[in-house]
Amino acid sequence: MSDPQKNDLQKNEAQMNKPSAKKSVKWGEAPKMSILDALYLPAIASGLATAVRHAVSGKATTRQYPEVEPEIPPNYRGVHRLNRDEAGRVKCVACYMCQTACPANCIEIIAAPAPKDDPHWKDRDKFPATFTIDELRCIYCGMCEEACPVDAIELTSIYDLTGMTREEMIFDKEKLLSVFDETVKSGHDPVRTNRGNLGPAAELSPTAKDAPPPPGRGKSG
Amino acid sequence: MINSLFEFWPVLWPALAAIGVILAVVPFLGLYMTFVERKIAAYVQDRVGPNRVGPFGLFQAIADGIKIFLKEQLIPDHVFTALYFLAPAFSLITAMFALVVMPFGPVATDYKDGFRFVVAPGIDIGILMMLAISSLSAYGIIIGGWASNNKYSIYGAIRSCAQFISYEIPLGLSILGVIAITGSLNIEKIVEAQSGSLLDWNVFWQPVAMLVFFTAALAETNRLPFDLPECEQELVGGFHTEYSGIKFVLYFLAEYTHIVTVSFLTALLFLGGWHFPGLPGPSGASTPILLLGLGVLLAKVALVVLVIILLRWSLPRFRFDQLMGLAWKGLIPLGLINLVGVAIVLSLGLPKHLLVATVILPVLAAYYSAAKFNASMATTEARRQGLSPQGAVSYE
Ligand code: SF4
Ligand code: SF4
Repeated sequence: MSDPQKNDLQKNEAQMNKPSAKKSVKWGEAPKMSILDALYLPAIASGLATAVRHAVSGKATTRQYPEVEPEIPPNYRGVHRLNRDEAGRVKCVACYMCQTACPANCIEIIAAPAPKDDPHWKDRDKFPATFTIDELRCIYCGMCEEACPVDAIELTSIYDLTGMTREEMIFDKEKLLSVFDETVKSGHDPVRTNRGNLGPAAELSPTAKDAPPPPGRGKSG
Repeated sequence: MINSLFEFWPVLWPALAAIGVILAVVPFLGLYMTFVERKIAAYVQDRVGPNRVGPFGLFQAIADGIKIFLKEQLIPDHVFTALYFLAPAFSLITAMFALVVMPFGPVATDYKDGFRFVVAPGIDIGILMMLAISSLSAYGIIIGGWASNNKYSIYGAIRSCAQFISYEIPLGLSILGVIAITGSLNIEKIVEAQSGSLLDWNVFWQPVAMLVFFTAALAETNRLPFDLPECEQELVGGFHTEYSGIKFVLYFLAEYTHIVTVSFLTALLFLGGWHFPGLPGPSGASTPILLLGLGVLLAKVALVVLVIILLRWSLPRFRFDQLMGLAWKGLIPLGLINLVGVAIVLSLGLPKHLLVATVILPVLAAYYSAAKFNASMATTEARRQGLSPQGAVSYE
């Protein structure tokens, strides 16, 4: 009579009857099938009705891309640029912070002492002799922008970067400076980071927030 | 030889002309049905669909056609070459061949010489031939799957084989009632029997038959929800995994030709064909009347095609056992009982509209299957309760 299974069951029962155990167990029940469910036809009809309703609603959400460009938020993380200071020199002080921070290892800087005899450079110690970013390798995380102590490197709202070769996607210092000139001239990317305000790169800085939307990119579609 | 050719010329040229029409229109129709399908799919999914090539993207179909014709001829190393080439051609040939007896416009039962909207008018085994030939198209798929020599293709082919065999039966059964009452396998005669008032259309006294026919025919076209032979998620592309370029197009055209055939058959057999209340029949009719009849038929066909396309975007795919179950446990019994009903009505000489009562059949079947399902769930539930330690279950 004393088969072990039954004993187990009884023990189990004692456990299950504890109020806490009762609460923790929830039994579900399969919903009953009605005639209409078993007939399939109402379900098919309602499926067709949904399809037709969407078909005639005329609310297509497609954006006609090349003609209608998407609205890019001002803290978008697109192609990089190297900012210039007031004197038009490259703002970067070649501190290697961005290169160290970059998780994708795509920044390569060679620092050089600023030419002291040149009056143009006399208040600077170091500057980047070369500064290259492999735009294909970059994951556009914005860590470089966040790491830079002098707001020299920034990401812009340029999202449609294309190229015919891999080589032309490796941006050197001149190219990065020209991106700055271009974006500043067209006004769609004001200098966005704020010295002393740490935070994620994608956070809107006050300067960026007040900026007008990028021209030619504000058309919603 | 030449003399006899001249002798037969009056009989020959209408057939040749009709063949020309079919050969010219069907590939074009296939191309444009893909376009229509893409557009409808897009609208159903709140998109715009192809709209770049030409106004409203109308030339997209042509661009697709050109692209696919210019594609590289790719022959995988491991295929059985001869069969590999034969299969798609076979598929399309059988699909087109079935159109021989199908009237694509009003054809009088007492047809005369001259152009008429069918290649071979007055074939007394018309519908039988159509079914026989369109079921041959299973070979195109099976040979293709076999020749591809890879496991996904052969799985697809095997599935389609089982599917074709299963759904042939309800397909045949469902038209038997119509044939029995009309007393003819001749398609024109079947349509002629539906002239007169709206209530003479076969759908109004054989609704269940139409339902069974449409479902089975949809399964024969291998389209969603019955596209088990080529379902992407399980079988890559099924039987056409190894096919590309023009060989793929042949399969593709075959599939769309099947859709056209099925839609025409539905319209002809159940929806009154070219008849519409108030429109005179084609016998001895003038050209405008004939064209009007053509328009009526094409409108009905377009409606069926639209339903087929919309169904694709409304229904999920069947599981394979459900697919088989639907044919063997659902459609075949329904078709059989419907046929018995027709037999009773015929032998007792009752009015055929009594057969509308057959709509009770699917309802009864649904009642039965729902009750069975609930009972089985109740047993499972009871067993679980019996096994549960405290004996009774608290629902919270
Ligand atoms: S965005 Fe990220 S990955 Fe790209 S360069 Fe800057 S730190 Fe490196
Ligand atoms: S861009 Fe900024 S972080 Fe990078 S080296 Fe120059 S100053 Fe340093």
